[in-house]
Amino acid sequence: MDWAQIWRIVSVPDNVPITLIAILVPFYTWYGLRQAVATDRLIDKLQADPALAKTGHRKILPFLPEWSREVPVWPYLLKIEFLAAIIVTLILMIWSITLNAPLEEPANPNFTMNPSKAPWYFVGLQEMLVYFDPWFAGVVLPSLIVVGLMVFPYVDTNPLGLGYYTIKQRVIPLFSFGFGFFLWLLLIFIGTFVRGPGWMWFWPGQPWDHTRVIYEVNRNLPDVLGIHNLWLGGILGVLAIAIFYAGAGWGIHKWLTKPGLNRTLYERTSLLQYATFQFFAITVLAGLPAKMILRLVFRVHYVLITPWFNI
Amino acid sequence: MSKPEDEPKSTTLLETAKEALQGLREDIKDPQRTQIWKSVFRVKHERSDPRTRSLGVLGNVFLHLHPGRINRDAVRYNYTWGMGGITFYLYLVLTFTGVLLMFYYHPTKLQAFRDILYLEHDVPFGRLARNMHRWAAHLMIITLWLHMFRVVLTGSYRRPREFNWCVGVILLVLTLLLSFTGYLLPDDQLGFWAVTVGTNMARATPLLGNEGPFGPALGMTPYNDVRFALLGGSIVDANALLRAYIWHCIAIPVLASVFMIVHFWRVRKDGGISGPSPVMLESEIKPPAKVR
Repeated sequence: MDWAQIWRIVSVPDNVPITLIAILVPFYTWYGLRQAVATDRLIDKLQADPALAKTGHRKILPFLPEWSREVPVWPYLLKIEFLAAIIVTLILMIWSITLNAPLEEPANPNFTMNPSKAPWYFVGLQEMLVYFDPWFAGVVLPSLIVVGLMVFPYVDTNPLGLGYYTIKQRVIPLFSFGFGFFLWLLLIFIGTFVRGPGWMWFWPGQPWDHTRVIYEVNRNLPDVLGIHNLWLGGILGVLAIAIFYAGAGWGIHKWLTKPGLNRTLYERTSLLQYATFQFFAITVLAGLPAKMILRLVFRVHYVLITPWFNI
Repeated sequence: MSKPEDEPKSTTLLETAKEALQGLREDIKDPQRTQIWKSVFRVKHERSDPRTRSLGVLGNVFLHLHPGRINRDAVRYNYTWGMGGITFYLYLVLTFTGVLLMFYYHPTKLQAFRDILYLEHDVPFGRLARNMHRWAAHLMIITLWLHMFRVVLTGSYRRPREFNWCVGVILLVLTLLLSFTGYLLPDDQLGFWAVTVGTNMARATPLLGNEGPFGPALGMTPYNDVRFALLGGSIVDANALLRAYIWHCIAIPVLASVFMIVHFWRVRKDGGISGPSPVMLESEIKPPAKVR
């Protein structure tokens, strides 16, 4: 284990935010889910006892009848806002005094940095370039992610779970979004801590060897199956993608129509909403990890090869 | 012997001065009664009177996005996480430090890198301003993601807030682009190669890039495709630096400000913060309204 190597990567000034994410995201995940679990317990209690549901207090927050329902914004909200501003300023001040922003040599087009990495928030995209060609990883997939985020509220027909933390009432959106969010963070972690010179896979603590040569054969799916004819290979690729879409779609459909709340919500969903969700779920949430596994585990490069583009 | 008629005259002057001084003293003790105070703040602030507290918020241009009163649970930090507000505050910090940096920075190949050195070594607090700008930018992305995360966990993106969620997604994209365009400005190896890697992807844009699917068939070359439009050239050079500067300092901040205005306005118009609201039970689901 080369601890110096790990420290060299972690202590890069521009990588400090990633350490911050590694602390803040788990903390706030716990912070939110803890309230979700408490709310779920309350929901169970109210559902088991209709009489209590009529009269009981429906929040996990304490309430006494003599308390006023509303408070003046000044000072009860503004003091929190001003305090937050002061704390953030303080953190920024300390951070800025103790750690200098990076500045390297003047730009030199004749001297390529190796590895040359995007800023950390785009390293996830750069890591996707391993699994897809640039037209897909760099342009189409980010656009799909942005559009997918925007259609999110329009395909979610659930009337429950608005304005409180809950797990059991919102399993599907929480899992879909959480999966995407943590996949995105995973890609950033891989791109930052694992990828070394030549964008090769170096386990954390493995010294970055600039002369390393990896002998690995990445083969295309038709070649794996021994088909070298372009037409047959193309048909096979389309078939493979079709099978993947059908299989993943079937699995997601089973999940969406699981008896219980999922089924109730499924019946409220229009065909257009259902199809939109399926498209984004299969293409982005299932497609990306599927291609990652194909590439990292099975060393498959392209699934579909055409004269114009490859997937 | 002094003249008798002189005496009252001089005392009047003294008394007037004394009176004025007395008045000034009282004004200093209680500035809220002065004309200057009233002209600025309009409302007298009374600690015990909730009405003047509300008016103090509503009559203030910087605070007027807030309602006068708010649900007692809506101020709880464990529900809100305060990440949206912190993101906006960081945007203000970035605007402030960014303007400071702009006083010393020329977006030209000859001077850009030297200006950074000048900022780091000679300008009073220049290094602090640059560091704060950098770290606030990184922090803003993190708080923005956490803000989105909270909105998803509480289901707050749903009706009636769908549109505001979309505005927020656009703000996310703009924030990332702001950060990315700023990366090139020091004109060092780090920024140069990061932007080179980033914009090289634009080459592969379907239809619009010279290496993208169907791009060459539509007549795309390195000298007329979408990457050329981004960089103002076929390589990352002086034009790219100027473009990054204009996008970073003017175009995207203006765009982001417009979307932020809409975002905050809609928070109020969509009924304020989404919760914490009372839980709804599965048995209480009503059949969907047939509005298509």
